[in-house]
Parts: sequence; structure tokens; C-alpha cells
Amino acid sequence: MSRKKHHGGWVILTSLLIGLMFTIMPLPSWAVVWRPDWVALILLYWCIALPQRVGITSAWVVGIFEDILTDTLLGQHSLSLICLSYISVKLHRRIRAFPIWQQSVGVFALMLLSEILSIWIRGILGAQSTDWSFSYPAISSMLLWPWIFVMLRDIRRMYHVF
Amino acid sequence: MVADYRYSYVKQIRTELSVAMYPLQYLVNLPVQTGQWLSQNFSTRGQLLDEMAQLRERNLLLQVSLQKYEDLKSENERLRALLDSSIKLGERMLLTEVLAVDLDPFARKIMINKGISQGVFNGQPLLDAYGVLGQVTNTGPQSSTVMLITDPNHALPVQVVRTGLRTIAMGMGATNRLKLLYLPNNSGIKVGDLLVTSGLGGQFPAGYPVGTVAEFTPDIGQPYAQVQAIPSAHLERNREVLLVWTSEEKAATGSSEQKP
Repeated sequence: MSRKKHHGGWVILTSLLIGLMFTIMPLPSWAVVWRPDWVALILLYWCIALPQRVGITSAWVVGIFEDILTDTLLGQHSLSLICLSYISVKLHRRIRAFPIWQQSVGVFALMLLSEILSIWIRGILGAQSTDWSFSYPAISSMLLWPWIFVMLRDIRRMYHVF
Repeated sequence: MVADYRYSYVKQIRTELSVAMYPLQYLVNLPVQTGQWLSQNFSTRGQLLDEMAQLRERNLLLQVSLQKYEDLKSENERLRALLDSSIKLGERMLLTEVLAVDLDPFARKIMINKGISQGVFNGQPLLDAYGVLGQVTNTGPQSSTVMLITDPNHALPVQVVRTGLRTIAMGMGATNRLKLLYLPNNSGIKVGDLLVTSGLGGQFPAGYPVGTVAEFTPDIGQPYAQVQAIPSAHLERNREVLLVWTSEEKAATGSSEQKP
């Protein structure tokens, strides 16, 4: 916000904070494995919409905070968010041109990648998990993406974030 | 990440950054807290009277059993003095509240609303009314993270009350079970045996209930039997838990009880 040409940084910040809050919101135990990766979804939107503002550095900072909130290894969420944001910033022109349902499929692939990264780190740390439950967040994120996309786009236009 | 796993100085950074995150945790916890407050305030007079009567009755019963306990305690101290063995000093307890926030779904952890400013330290044991709950793994100024005994990375030295047999109870992750390690097939353990903390390792006070043996499968092909226990503490259900300070309080490092 220090530079004049940017506008509405607080909107991005608030949306990410709300995403962090949803991440630690208590859910019934059957729903915990289905919890969509809120922070990654919101970050992904901003990476596609404003790649000049939100990128790898913001992904790293947000990831560190998510690690602290969920008490995982410092850098675990950062790593997957950095990969996510790198790919989406690189491909933002192409992703923008897709219709929403195709974007959802892309989101599914990206989320699966980040979940595989985190399951890989957990595996190194000695966690035993062999079922497919790690992929459920990717599915729920995919289903949620159109709504997140439309909602954040309207918010961005309403508050003139650029 | 390697630094966080291996060295403890990163814990300091984590502690400091967690200050910034406390407002978020507070906000997430707020609706639950408000709901409780509302249900307390709008419960009817009849309900409150009923509850009071119940509590009074229970208090009376507990008082009676406490009389006997005092007598036994002094007797125990006298006998121990006769045997010249050391007398265990008392423990200090502090009631804390579990914050309604979800942590990593792959680990069994909870968050409590007491931190360094209340004297909480890493490795501090936590109890509830029924048994051992877990130990503190990360401290913040106002909140701390607690690893439950069912976490797959948690190991707790326990003792079978009936036979005095010592073993280690490991968490099993998602299921609400503990598995007992290194028990030979002929160890004479039975389903229903009570397990208590043995106090070895120096982190947990001795003699608190941990769980009851639920399953014993001797396996001839293996050197050790498969034994599972159900924790006696209500791990997922309670809001109020107790932090314990043992009398010989030392700067615990959390190394002896956690799997390296």
C-alpha cells in the first residue's frame, strides 16, 4: 500500500485471514478430512487475478502462519503454497482464459499436488497414512472453486483492488 | 523445516509468531464460547436447582471418600518413613479450557488457553477428571498446544496395576486407542486391566489412570503380543482440563517421553 498504484491491499489481507480462520474452524470429525484448503483457494485466486501483487513471497508468509495455526512443521504449508502460487503465477494468463469448470479441474490438479507434497513431508516424519483421505480436500476445493472465484471477483471489483 | 524438526531454537520463533495468531484463534473460539454463555444464562431456574442439588450430593460423597483418603495418605507417609523411602510431594493443578479450534487433521492435538504467562512449560502433563490426557508440546504467551496420548508420535510409560508390569503405551492416531509395546505373549495381561502412569521418564506424575486393556491377541509368530487399550480420559469430549506441576519442577525438554 506504500506505492500509489496499488489499491485495496487490506481486502487481500482480510480474505486471507478469513481463510486462515476457516482452516481452524472446528468441524465434526467426519468432515475434518473433507475440509477444503481455504487458504490455498483464496491465495490461488489472488495469484491469478493480481500476479503482480500476490506471489511466492505472500504464499510463504501465509504458509508460515498456517503452519503455526495448525501446529504442523514450520514450512510444510509454505512449501505447498509456494509451489501452488509459482505455477498459478506462471500460468495466470492461460488459467484466466479457461471457463470456470475447466479452472476447477486445474484447481483439483494443483490441490492434489500440494496435498501430495504435504503427505510426503508427513511420510518423512514417520506418519503412517495409506488411504486416499489425503485427496478429499482436493475434491472439496474443486467443488468450491467456482463459488470462491465468483465471490472474490465481485469483492475485487467492488473494492477496486488492483 | 529440517531446522524445526531437529533444533529447538525454531520453537522460540514459533512462540513469538503465535502471538500474532492468537486473535484469530480467539475469534474462531468466540462463537462456541458465546453459545455456552447463552445456554448457561438462559437455562431455567428449575434446571439450575436440579443441577445444584446433584452437585451438592456429589460433593458430599466426594468429601466422605476424601476423609478416608486423608487417613490413608498419612498412613502411607508413616509407612514410607519407616521404610526410609522418599515421600512424593503434592502436585499443583490449574484448570484450563480447551479452545474450540481444529489443528492438523493428521495429528491428535488440542489447544488450551493457558501459556507461558501462566507458567506452562514444554512437556507439562495434562489430566482430566478421568485420567491422563497428554503433554504440552508448544507454548505461546496465552495459549499452548497439547499432544494427546493417542497421537501416533506420543509414547507414555505405563504400569499394569494388577501385576505391576511396566510397558509403553503408544498412540494409534485416528482411532481412540493406545497400543502397548514390547509385551511378551506370556505377560499375563488380561482384558480389563487398569493401566496407570509409572512415572518413569520423569515427565508424568506416577499413579494416574491412563486406560484399560481392551484387546489382547497373543501372536505365536511374533516375539510380542498385540495389546490395545482404551484411554480412560475423555480425550475428545471435554472442555475443561487440568495442568499439573509436580513438586520437583524442572525445565523439561520433552525428550524423554517423545519418540525421537
